[in-house]
Amino acid sequence: MAFPHRPDAPELPDFSMLKRLARDQLIYLLEQLPGKKDLFIEADLMSPLDRIANVSILKQHEVDKLYKVENKPALTSVELCFHLPLSLVNADKLAGRTRKYKVIFSPQKFYACEMVLEEEGIYGDVSCDEWAFSLLPLDVDLLSMELPEFFRDYFLEGDQRWINTVAQALHLLSTLYGPFPNCYGIGRCAKMAYELWRNLEEEEDGETKGRRPEIGHIFLLDRDVDFVTALCSQVVYEGLVDDTFRIKCGSVDFGPEVTSSDKSLKVLLNAEDKVFNEIRNEHFSNVFGFLSQKARNLQAQYDRRRGMDIKQMKNFVSQELKGLKQEHRLLSLHIGACESIMKKKTKQDFQELIKTEHALLEGFNIRESTSYIEEHIDRQVSPIESLRLMCLLSITENGDARCSLDTHYGPEHLLTFSNLRRAGLLTEQAPGDTLTAVESKVSKLVTDKAAGKITDAFSSLAKRSNFRAISKKLNLIPRVDGEYDLKVPRDMAYVFSGAYVPLSCRIIEQVLERRSWQGLDEVVRLLNCSDFAFTDMTKEDKASSESLRLILVVFLGGCTFSEISALRFLGREKGYRFIFLTTAVTNSARLMEAMSEVKA
Amino acid sequence: TTTGLILFFQSGRPLGAGVRLGMGLRMNRTKGDEEEYWNSSKFKAFTFDDEDDELSQLKESKRAVNSLRDFVDDDDDDDDLERVSWSGEPVGSISWSIKETAGNSGSSHEGREQLKSRNSFSSYAQLPKPTSTYSLSSFFRGRTRPGSFQSLSDALSDTPAKSYAPELGRPKGEYRDYSNDWSPSDTVRRLRKGKVCSLERFRSLQDKLQLLEEAVSMHDGNVITAVLIFLKRTLSKEILFRELEVRQVALRHLIHFLKEIGDQKLLLDLFRFLDRTEELALSHYREHLNIRDPDKRKEFLKTCIGLPFSAEDSAHIQDHYTLLERQIIIEANDRHLESAGQTEIFRKHPRKASILNMPLVTTLFYSCFYHYTEAEGTFSSPINLKKTFKIPDKQYVLTALAARAKLRAWNDVDALFTTKNWLGYTKKRAPIGFHRVVEILHKNNAPVQILQEYVNLVEDVDTKLNLATKFKCHDVVIDTCRDLKDRQQLLAYRSKVDKGSAEEEKIDALLSSSQIRWKN
Repeated sequence: MAFPHRPDAPELPDFSMLKRLARDQLIYLLEQLPGKKDLFIEADLMSPLDRIANVSILKQHEVDKLYKVENKPALTSVELCFHLPLSLVNADKLAGRTRKYKVIFSPQKFYACEMVLEEEGIYGDVSCDEWAFSLLPLDVDLLSMELPEFFRDYFLEGDQRWINTVAQALHLLSTLYGPFPNCYGIGRCAKMAYELWRNLEEEEDGETKGRRPEIGHIFLLDRDVDFVTALCSQVVYEGLVDDTFRIKCGSVDFGPEVTSSDKSLKVLLNAEDKVFNEIRNEHFSNVFGFLSQKARNLQAQYDRRRGMDIKQMKNFVSQELKGLKQEHRLLSLHIGACESIMKKKTKQDFQELIKTEHALLEGFNIRESTSYIEEHIDRQVSPIESLRLMCLLSITENGDARCSLDTHYGPEHLLTFSNLRRAGLLTEQAPGDTLTAVESKVSKLVTDKAAGKITDAFSSLAKRSNFRAISKKLNLIPRVDGEYDLKVPRDMAYVFSGAYVPLSCRIIEQVLERRSWQGLDEVVRLLNCSDFAFTDMTKEDKASSESLRLILVVFLGGCTFSEISALRFLGREKGYRFIFLTTAVTNSARLMEAMSEVKA
Repeated sequence: TTTGLILFFQSGRPLGAGVRLGMGLRMNRTKGDEEEYWNSSKFKAFTFDDEDDELSQLKESKRAVNSLRDFVDDDDDDDDLERVSWSGEPVGSISWSIKETAGNSGSSHEGREQLKSRNSFSSYAQLPKPTSTYSLSSFFRGRTRPGSFQSLSDALSDTPAKSYAPELGRPKGEYRDYSNDWSPSDTVRRLRKGKVCSLERFRSLQDKLQLLEEAVSMHDGNVITAVLIFLKRTLSKEILFRELEVRQVALRHLIHFLKEIGDQKLLLDLFRFLDRTEELALSHYREHLNIRDPDKRKEFLKTCIGLPFSAEDSAHIQDHYTLLERQIIIEANDRHLESAGQTEIFRKHPRKASILNMPLVTTLFYSCFYHYTEAEGTFSSPINLKKTFKIPDKQYVLTALAARAKLRAWNDVDALFTTKNWLGYTKKRAPIGFHRVVEILHKNNAPVQILQEYVNLVEDVDTKLNLATKFKCHDVVIDTCRDLKDRQQLLAYRSKVDKGSAEEEKIDALLSSSQIRWKN
């Protein structure tokens, strides 16, 4: 239970410095507008801001009132940008007030936004600035850029606006923690981010030179290299908590059903939560046993107070009680969470769902899985779930599996479908194929040889998935002789109940083992990444052996908690430690929602 | 009152993502609305049978932990956990504080009010240039300059970060460059750093394109868009389109930019120029999402019919139009009936939401609920919907069953599965399988007699036995065990029925019967 790190595992760098930097910049920005001021904060920026500063810091710098700018559907995008400043400016003018206005964009301002301000004639009334806050340490080994929009902007729209943000973040990391002697990457975006970052370093040459590298390797990976893993239901504890309650910016809102009281509780989930830290990477089936054991131990420790004399009791109260009480709190929270997850999952027929997913991953019983998905749609379970399953079917089977979803969830979904196809989440359909009946389609797909010719320019992003072949090449489906013991995992597949090794993690493992892409040409070709797999090693003799076992993995477009758990496992096995940098933590529902186009 | 005002935005959000987030919320809400109708169609699923032990284990530990509570909760003061206010937000957190001040958020309301009249204020457009803006983009360039880290906290002064402190003291004006001879690549580099940089000197087409190519080869989307804004302003549409057609990366940026600023007209022109007919059609169709008035929306959808969608999508668009047309008629009619208060079904079961813009299956459910017995000729009858939209049999039966079971109209349920052959014999048949029927009925709290009837119709014996056990249809379990001559299972089941009940008697009678040749 709760695998300890190997004794020779390297220490993680201290990332709290990033928070301090962000806070100092924030204070600097606040001081740019001296005197009392009101603050309007966009809803999505609230949680990250909360992690950086608190009210007393804002008050110290003369912030008077705080307002949250809601993303109400009534306010469209552009309105948010200029209507609010405009209307505030004008309201003040009417009231005869003169105030100074400042719009701060985080992490950077875009020319398009300034253009809108200019066109609407308030450029000049307001000044624009940037809060270059792009790296939020959510945990000791997890840095998030908190840019969920990265996924849609890049992978659907092909907009490269965040690449510079990523490059800047990497540049910041290398100035703070030394250069990275070994760089690897796969994916079009990874390559661009890498090149831009190199450019930055060259422009500012000399700064990182001569510094001892603290982190030996960096690995950049595009989300579209592996959609499959992100589409699977998660079964490690942290992933399940994310799928069920949605972890937001490292914290989760546990409702009354979890807290067994009448109030909700906002709980920070990270390594500091001792109970959570021991179960976060566990397969869910192990969590019960662990919590039971913990509860018994706790009881035993409390029981010790019986038969204590006064002095012992005093010691107990002053030294142990506090710790026990905190553990007790945490324990009852996580037990509550488990119960609630069980209830929800049981209702959802989770067992069947998982079975279907595994069949899709392994590639048999396709007909059965297809009819399960069809029924899933018929039962109106949830549009997001159905979309997810269809995408999984489509990618694993390399073909379009569009069902009559429009009928069920409203015709607007045809816009969503078009998005999914453009992003490569539903793979291209052979031209002229307009059969809607899934069954006939799937029977056809099994023997599908007609490769849809990509003429549409958008399809340069969309591509055929070769999941089956890749899976075979990389051994993603472990051969099971007998039962897979989830208590003693033997490979990364444990994060999916032993059924599947996450593709993204397997690629990282393989490349780190070889220190290059050598021998992986076929896999790279099947991933459609022949032009976008790169290695860059600098002969760096200053790198300590310890730093060479620290690996920064950069997920462009988001990573899931399952992937994090899998790599943490790999790290423990090999004596590495992984540090994760992601544009945002994601899961299947978030991916699907990012592609949805429904608005009433 | 305050002298200053600061607005924080996530980059890009003000342009595009706001809409998307809004849509996310919207979607959830619609889902909620549909759930109102669909409660009944969600099946109660299996329990993790083999996990039962663990669940009880968990329950046990929960009890253990709870029993400790008395001891633990005696004083809460020295709690290590975050202090949390009544709403669950940690006290002192920013979100918490906002809720506290929400009461006097007058000015934000004022702000909203003003939104509507923004046009009348556009005469304020001529205003002075920004006075002093400071560039933070060069924050981590790392060059140590005198006075460059004055506002960083002391905490940092002894860390390596010191030398990477921002150049805080410098007004942006210092960086502003009036020089005219930046090469395209220098210009692009300056743009990437967020510096003000005039593009006006790039007047020849060749210069403009070179600028664009430099931007694309640098990969920064923000810069690509900046150059495109300039090109859009200084080139004719046709030339711009023509040049972008062979520059796909830039083209995607322009398309996204046009979507974000909502320049639908130019976007459609662009698709037309590129001959991307399907995208053109979809883009046009997307606009209906912004039309709230149902009649206007319907009229708009009419204009979408016949656009060059794929064959499959065309059918959906046609259906979308027909469906909304129907819904408008049904809605008007039912709203009238409901308010008149004369119709029993509406009195007993008031409508929870309007049927407008609901998906087809929800509409079918609605019509099975409120208009089940209507003749095929009316727009609101289920059979009419089934025919018009070619709803498959399975789907129809599922939906009708859910609706009638919710109303506890067991006769209708019965009729749904009864078929007569030409000799007049009746037979029960369910296209969805009777195990599904049973689950739906159970979900709708059907009485045991009804459940029993349908459990008995399940063909597969194991499934039948499982369902009967799960839903406590004792007679079915007992009879099935008897038919299977499975004495052991019957014995085991005896412990699950109430002591002294009729079921127990029945089991005892069977067990002691000498007529049955038990297999075990």
